[in-house]
Amino acid sequence: MNFTHKHLLDIESLSREDIELILDTAIPFKEMFTRSIKKAPTLRGKTVVNLFYEPSTRTRISFEIAEKRLSADVVNVQTSSSSVVKGESLIDTVKTLEAMKADIVVIRHSCAGVPLFLSKRVSASIINAGDGRHEHPTQALLDLFTIKEKKGKIEGLKVLIVGDILNSRVARSNIFGLLKLGAEVRLAGPSTLVPESFSKKGIKVFHRLEEALEDADVVNILRIQLERQKQKLFPSIREYNHLYGIDEKSLKNAKSDILVMHPGPMNRGIEISDLIADGANSVINEQVTNGIAVRMSVLYLLAANMKSESKEEEN
Amino acid sequence: MGFLIKEATLLDPINSENGSVRDILVENGRIVRIGENIQTKGHEVFDCKGKYVTPGLIDMHCHLREPGREDEEKIQTGTRSAAMGGFTSVAAMPNTTPPVDSVLGVKFVQMLATREGIVNVYPIAAITKKMEGEELTEIGDLTAQGAVAISDDGLCVMNAELMRRALEYSKMFDIPVIQHSEDKNLSADGMMNEGEISLWLGLKGIPSVAEEVIVSRDILLAKYTSGRLHVAHVSTKGSVELIRKAKQEKIKVTCEVTPHHFTLTDSCLKTFDSRYKVNPPLRSEEDREAIIEGLKDGTIDAIATDHAPHTIFEKEQEFDYAPFGMIGFETAVPLVFTELVHKKILSPYVAIKKLLEGYKILNIRNEGLREGARADITVIDPDFVFTYKKEDIISKSCNTPFIDREFRGAPILTMVGGRVVMKERKILL
Repeated sequence: MNFTHKHLLDIESLSREDIELILDTAIPFKEMFTRSIKKAPTLRGKTVVNLFYEPSTRTRISFEIAEKRLSADVVNVQTSSSSVVKGESLIDTVKTLEAMKADIVVIRHSCAGVPLFLSKRVSASIINAGDGRHEHPTQALLDLFTIKEKKGKIEGLKVLIVGDILNSRVARSNIFGLLKLGAEVRLAGPSTLVPESFSKKGIKVFHRLEEALEDADVVNILRIQLERQKQKLFPSIREYNHLYGIDEKSLKNAKSDILVMHPGPMNRGIEISDLIADGANSVINEQVTNGIAVRMSVLYLLAANMKSESKEEEN
Repeated sequence: MGFLIKEATLLDPINSENGSVRDILVENGRIVRIGENIQTKGHEVFDCKGKYVTPGLIDMHCHLREPGREDEEKIQTGTRSAAMGGFTSVAAMPNTTPPVDSVLGVKFVQMLATREGIVNVYPIAAITKKMEGEELTEIGDLTAQGAVAISDDGLCVMNAELMRRALEYSKMFDIPVIQHSEDKNLSADGMMNEGEISLWLGLKGIPSVAEEVIVSRDILLAKYTSGRLHVAHVSTKGSVELIRKAKQEKIKVTCEVTPHHFTLTDSCLKTFDSRYKVNPPLRSEEDREAIIEGLKDGTIDAIATDHAPHTIFEKEQEFDYAPFGMIGFETAVPLVFTELVHKKILSPYVAIKKLLEGYKILNIRNEGLREGARADITVIDPDFVFTYKKEDIISKSCNTPFIDREFRGAPILTMVGGRVVMKERKILL
């Protein structure tokens, strides 16, 4: 089984086999973390640029560690402002990186579609580290990895995602991935953030949290972005917490072994209570560890593809 | 000397002429004779057997970008692009830099059109000063100078009271108020049609109600004031229904649709290709079908391009930052024939009527194909098959998704005031 993609742009265009291959390949990388020397030579001589047009701590560091553990030469470019404000266009910036012979560009951008846009215009491999409200494929992969590791399977599980689904790239990538792997996907949140239009492809939309949590095997809690309230998408943080906050009370009737996940960074006391975040069901810190393994797996599979390409060139 | 158009199949809704085969003799800028087997000497002869000969077509909605954005389009280049598209007349929207909100602005466009243009250019003036949506322009002086309508196109007149006054005041001059119907609070920073496609792409949506709320409000205002409302680029099923109902009630409302809205849907956006980013956005298939119905039953009066040139640099950036709009002069008639006529949605006669209705809506005198009339003539070969190539684009910009598309049906001759400006797909001036 080979990974045939040159880029990782989204989950939507991956097959079930692609996803399973990434998850399986991540297992030995995770095992490597327990060794004293956590390094493999896979990306030696390859240059990876982390191009972040949006502030990010955990995703950028996770990619950087993954790249370094694979022995890549890593360059971080962090632009707080957009390319337009800076005066140089996005395409010029990336063409410059290409001229410097970057092999892989990991891109985070506030605009949806940027990774696809770049993939059609430059020769480097592109990894989407989050594009606007569109997708965040490596986050979904690490979530899937974590579920599979803890529950032993994904098929048939009832997975609930709670929060601002409409504006969430994490949710979109998770939905695509979970559906492809045969999970039952449930979404919960206020109707302005979880519109009924999501209830296609077998997805179930809930506006009452207790109903959504019934029999759920996993609850993935999204960060509620405080600016959404300014956009009048819900009346107050307080009411949001009352209706959709995950705490001891809301989990009272849930399955005792329900897996509690959060992509971070958390707003403690808003979408998740302290007790639950740090409780026995929480795998939030493990998600972070798994993030590195999954990103190593993606980098490894894309680089393996590159090798076969360059061999063809030699022939 | 003059021209003799031989064996033309006449399509002239202005004179209710549908399909007679005639010769047309043009001398000194006018049609001097229409008849059978005209024999002359010394005239340049165009054999138009099997071709449609129509009064010069009008595009009542375009952006020529001059003054201010000459890097995107100029009156010189835009009118050549229009001539390639078979248009002998175009109405230019006032959202230039600065906007055409004064007599001076109208005169400037007219002066450039006379000096550098090769088709008739009719300026549309702004509804409000600087297009700020605050105060009315001097509509009387502007129309006296030759403005054929008022519009803040690109921006919607959000203030209902101001819109009421615009409709009420413009009545005195018998010009339409052309509204870009978009409730700015509802569309916010939306970039494409709000629907299932936008939901999964994560692109902010522009809901169809953003258009319909304004269409609905303006119809009520037109009824209340007896003013003349023209709804620009209708894009939704709901708008078509509202306008249909308003027409039944004899409210003075007309509307237009663009070729891209009757051809394309929001599924084109799946690849984040900004060439499909237009405003109003490409809508759903259901909306597109309603537009087709509206064209068939006459709810939609006119087809207009909304020709909106942008540079490659502007379009080749993040989808969010790319400006709205596509060019349209050169593909309008080809799309009308390929998508509507050859698919038997509209007869050639009705299709041509939609490309002439702008004269009526804008109150521009046009006598059609008649002896003594000004010789503004378009010849269309309904079976001309061609592929639209980037290098063949006449417009200064090439922001169109129709590049490399094959068409059947195209203008092959454009004559303005007895002067041939386009012949056999070549601009002559």
